[in-house]
Amino acid sequence: MKVSYFPGCTLKNKARDLDEYARKSAERLGITLEEIPDWQCCGGVFTTAKGEIATKLSSVRALKYAAEKEQPLVSVCSACHNVIKQTNYAMKTDSDFAKKVNNYMAEETPYNGETQVHHYLEMLRDLVGFDALKEKVVNALSGKKIAAYYGCLLLRPNSVMQMDDPENPKVMENFIKAIGADPVVYAMRNECCGGYISLESPEFAKSKSNAVIENAKAQGAEMIITACPLCKYNLIKNGADIPVVYFTEVLAEALGVKEDTNE
Amino acid sequence: MNKDFIQEEILRASGVNPKKCMKCGKCSATCPAYDEMEYHPHQFVSMVENGDIEPLLSSESLYKCLSCFACIDRCPRGVEPAKLVEAVRLAVVRQQDKNHLTANDIPALLDDETPQQLLVSAFRKYTK
Repeated sequence: MKVSYFPGCTLKNKARDLDEYARKSAERLGITLEEIPDWQCCGGVFTTAKGEIATKLSSVRALKYAAEKEQPLVSVCSACHNVIKQTNYAMKTDSDFAKKVNNYMAEETPYNGETQVHHYLEMLRDLVGFDALKEKVVNALSGKKIAAYYGCLLLRPNSVMQMDDPENPKVMENFIKAIGADPVVYAMRNECCGGYISLESPEFAKSKSNAVIENAKAQGAEMIITACPLCKYNLIKNGADIPVVYFTEVLAEALGVKEDTNE
Repeated sequence: MNKDFIQEEILRASGVNPKKCMKCGKCSATCPAYDEMEYHPHQFVSMVENGDIEPLLSSESLYKCLSCFACIDRCPRGVEPAKLVEAVRLAVVRQQDKNHLTANDIPALLDDETPQQLLVSAFRKYTK
């Protein structure tokens, strides 16, 4: 199976391992991530204001490309996924917005939210299946206590993201089980790490990130996994004394493709 | 800015109906930036409803919202306070010379691990 893949700016730079492990692991699972040519940065955060058209065009162009290929659009970065999914929802449900976008883009065929948008975790759950993933595991992370950190962007706003129960999510815990490890459930797993505030208020971000780290450790976590480069940065910068890694890294390790990857 | 116009513009741009609010305070209770804010999410809702927008336009609270969508998801009445914060912030940064962050500020704020996502997100929120 082939899917359209939107890597995003950080996966080409500071989060190269998130991208490399995702591609290698997907290949092993029978899915090819076909990078959308000439994709443009998603902007990092979705602007909810109605008059914001230009800031969403890069997402629409990626979505339209996937629609023409008749492929689902997959991304790994939580932020890219959030922005693209919310933009797609707006194209589908806000006819005034869609009309303005289509009028500006002046393409032969208009785009109205037809593309299926999946986060890589949803691809694992819904297109591969966790049972099938489990069968491909050659290096189970048996006994490893792993805390899933969802943060904000994978789950909210739930009316649009529709990934999981936003207050009691299971997709990452089920992923952790599939690779043979033990999920650690803790209260702060869907609370904010501080996000972009770490740029101008590092102390504020520190208090948010610390609350997440301490809560995960108190529940016995030996490792935290995330899909978001900014969450990872904030947790590590603010004193995580257990490893904080991308979920694709433990996936690649379990599938035995980690060593083939050029970090 | 004309008071009635700015209220109308913020209601239009946000799509929020503040009259739906039942004053339960859950938005502020769940806000990760509560301690940092001069005006809290529930106050944005009531102040916009009352047309008392001038204090919001000059408040640092506009730049404390983390866009975590917690108040949007957890409001029992679907008011979505963060959309009001966003609309008020845009009304400010869209004005001439009102950017909260400029490219010249960036070099002093970087470290070796700063992800690109951090910079693009901050610019998207703070700048026009």
